[in-house]
Amino acid sequence: MVFWRKKKDESVSSGEDKSAASKVANERSASTAAGDPLAQQTLPGETKIASSHSEKDIKPETDQAESATPEDGGSWFKKLRSALHKTNQILQTDIRDLWKSEGRLVDDDFLRELFVILVRTDMGQPTATRIRDRIGREFRGRKVTKEEVLESARSEILASMQNRSVELQFATSGPTVILVVGVNGAGKTTSIAKLAYRLRKEGRTVILGAGDTFRAAAVEQLKIWSQRIGCEIVSGEMGSDPGSVAFKAVQRAREENFDVCIIDTAGRLQTQVNLMQQLEKIRKIAAKQIDGAPHEVLLVLDATAGQNAISQARGFSDVAGCTGIILAKLDGSAKGGVVVPIMTEFSLPVKLVGLGEKLPDMAPFDPEAFTRALLSFDN
Amino acid sequence: MFDSLSENLQSAFKSIRGKGKLTEANMRDGLKLVETSLLEADVSISVVEQFMGRVTEAALGKRVLLSLKPSEELIRIVYDQLVAILGPVDNTIPLQRGQVKTIMLCGLQGAGKTTTCGKLAQLIKESKFKPYLIAADLQRPAAIEQLHVLGRQLGVGVFSKEGASDPVAVCQEGIAAAKAAGADVVILDTAGRLAIDEELMGQLKSIDRSVKPDQVLLVVDGMTGQDAVNSAGAFNAALELDGVIMTKLDGDARGGALLSVKAVTQVPIKFLGTGEHLDALEPFRPEGMASRILQMGDILEVAREAHRLVDEDERKAMEERMKKGQFGLTEFRDMMQKLRKPGLMQKMMGLMPGMGEMSKALQSADSDKEMRRIAGIIDSMTPTERDNPKIIDNQRRMRIAAGCGATAPMVNELLKQFDQIAGFMKMMSSGGAREKMAALQQMQGMMSNNPMNPMQGMSLKQSTGKRLTPKERERLQKERDKAVRKAKRKN
Ligand SMILES: Nc1nc2c(ncn2[C@@H]2O[C@H](COP(=O)(O)OP(=O)(O)OP(=O)(O)O)[C@@H](O)[C@H]2O)c(=O)[nH]1
Ligand SMILES: Nc1nc2c(ncn2[C@@H]2O[C@H](COP(=O)(O)OP(=O)(O)OP(=O)(O)O)[C@@H](O)[C@H]2O)c(=O)[nH]1
Ligand SMILES: [Mg+2]
Ligand SMILES: [Mg+2]
Repeated sequence: MVFWRKKKDESVSSGEDKSAASKVANERSASTAAGDPLAQQTLPGETKIASSHSEKDIKPETDQAESATPEDGGSWFKKLRSALHKTNQILQTDIRDLWKSEGRLVDDDFLRELFVILVRTDMGQPTATRIRDRIGREFRGRKVTKEEVLESARSEILASMQNRSVELQFATSGPTVILVVGVNGAGKTTSIAKLAYRLRKEGRTVILGAGDTFRAAAVEQLKIWSQRIGCEIVSGEMGSDPGSVAFKAVQRAREENFDVCIIDTAGRLQTQVNLMQQLEKIRKIAAKQIDGAPHEVLLVLDATAGQNAISQARGFSDVAGCTGIILAKLDGSAKGGVVVPIMTEFSLPVKLVGLGEKLPDMAPFDPEAFTRALLSFDN
Repeated sequence: MFDSLSENLQSAFKSIRGKGKLTEANMRDGLKLVETSLLEADVSISVVEQFMGRVTEAALGKRVLLSLKPSEELIRIVYDQLVAILGPVDNTIPLQRGQVKTIMLCGLQGAGKTTTCGKLAQLIKESKFKPYLIAADLQRPAAIEQLHVLGRQLGVGVFSKEGASDPVAVCQEGIAAAKAAGADVVILDTAGRLAIDEELMGQLKSIDRSVKPDQVLLVVDGMTGQDAVNSAGAFNAALELDGVIMTKLDGDARGGALLSVKAVTQVPIKFLGTGEHLDALEPFRPEGMASRILQMGDILEVAREAHRLVDEDERKAMEERMKKGQFGLTEFRDMMQKLRKPGLMQKMMGLMPGMGEMSKALQSADSDKEMRRIAGIIDSMTPTERDNPKIIDNQRRMRIAAGCGATAPMVNELLKQFDQIAGFMKMMSSGGAREKMAALQQMQGMMSNNPMNPMQGMSLKQSTGKRLTPKERERLQKERDKAVRKAKRKN
């Protein structure tokens, strides 16, 4: 779903030159701006993220001339609005299409059209049916305005998402360990990079564990990101035991007192029993070294995924004890509506959303904004 | 999910059971259930609507066979329609001696393009042609290195250009390099992009214009939802696709997006990706995909069984195969998967000799997990290995184990158990009742101290399931060295 578009020419290139790589060595002292290659420059088009410890305050800003209206609360809606025009040419899913003129009779046709729109968000047939039926009960036979129906649909979705705390949990003292899991290609490694970048911007020290020792060049991928961010990384040989990489990363986090340790894992399908058990083992390895670790187990879901994401959430929660979701690739035309039933069924909150392939392209999950975007409501 | 669908369908059709014709009125509930099933499989809703129209048309007036239940008749119609839409089959890729053919892969981020490049290269190599890979993804960190790793694994040339920023130039130079290297087929690995990203879609168009690939293939993630119509439509509009490859079908995704993609692009579906390994590429078969989308593998079996009961030939053929010992690991895996559905077994009794008894034994605690574990190991084998497990040497064993997070001894154990089971299957299918009883007893004995659990006695290692630890690799290396020394001594 496109509620966020950024300029294409932007590049987070500060870490790409070799000199930035050498700065990595100084990373431990880099919570001050001096050692931090990113703190020194804000590139054109790059989102600035406030250096604040409160998640709520970290709303990406845009560099567009257009100024946000006060109730917009930031870039979500501004981006949303400009992007929607493009999306709407491709998607015919805009709920506003239900109203050709002011007011419309709620009848079978109307409810069917509403159902189709809801299903297109990937929220799934049962959730779409529930919302449609609620609208039917409330409004059938009446002539309704768009606002009335939207309000009703929105509150139903919001309620089912259990609008509760979505902030990352940090250890009260000592390093916070974050384990990142998910199916192949969902966006784990990129999300880790973006998350590390955010945490660094908040002034935390970060160490990464390159726990994907299986996929071709997975370690190199995370290494390049760590250089761009300017943070430490622990890695092993390709084909080595991911458990031992996790062990070393957590150990270093503990011994050298890093604020956060984020562990990458190889993509795996929830049906692969052996590989799923490997996650259990990594959990245990972390727990042995640090009480309460891993403090977060984040499941990365691809926003383009359909109903299989429910099976993913079930499989990964069962084995890895997920504490939250990162919904990646929400900058595309897919709406990611499958998190609605997932949040209901598994009480698993979405904590962060991925909005692109660059480091600043991550934002905290905002249920209100998400719900609006889900129904393509832009005014 | 499916179980309830099949039951619901049956109750929806109670009233016309075994008599009369299918009409719009008596099919309404049944059709609704089919629609729901398709939506759950992630077929885009607009495609579902078109499809239901087709099905209704095809079903109207159909006489319900006495031998079939109306629900089964409807499912058969749905299935046939799905097969018709998903087909026709065209698994060809351009290969011609003396010419350099070009294949371009494109798709959304993380769909599996780079991995599929490697898989295609392997396939081409196996067909005795020389593939060549071009790293045209200048976007994703380490994308070039990823392709190089695959190239090294396969012994296939890879072209890349350090510090390049224009993929069009990279492709052109790469093709020149491929020609110089005497390659037959060039495969372009492009960067993942969003279909709504006009700039990057424009870039893809310029590659297309300048290189004029012989085939442009769209790689689609098997877990894709409703958005498939939009993205596939946009890629097709920009590039005129020649084919589609759907990946990640080794899990439990039903892959309904493939129907959406086919409906909007109308281009042939070429291959399915069924694993992370480079040999996990299967030629597309509409029949398999149709039952997967409907998640009706089993009810279709039952529907077919109804026909088969009349048509004994197929049953005989199956028994014949078993008698000849043509019961491979693929059949073993399929059989296990069928056996996991308890309700189905009664219906399937007699379809395969001895299955009923086995299914009872299989319903012990944990057997589900075990069977998935076994299926995982079998899935990690190449088709050749499945047909002929004898070729599985240490190196293959290690690769198989690494692919599914098992250990080499687990693979060994499975192969050993399979040997016994295959022998048993042969006994069961050969001749008289006495032999069958004997075989059954033997089997039960086998299962009582080892309840169909080839992994038993290895539970310690299981709980630390992993792709491969350095220690294990060391041990395997030692094993391998030993084998090499042995072989040398023999010579
Ligand atoms: N547009 C967009 N692309 C993304 C986003 N997050 C990740 N990607 C892209 O998706 C692709 C896969 O991302 P990875 O981070 O490598 O995914 P992964 O889950 O680590 O993959 P494996 O380790 O192979 O399982 C890359 O091309 C990323 O650039 C996002 O939020 N938006
Ligand atoms: N289980 C499974 N995983 C697959 C399959 N095909 C690819 N993958 C995995 O999916 C992930 C992404 O694959 P890539 O080949 O890197 O995808 P890509 O489309 O090149 O990604 P970008 O270049 O980032 O857009 C990797 O972890 C692959 O190992 C498949 O058929 N089954
Ligand atoms: Mg990764
Ligand atoms: Mg790639």
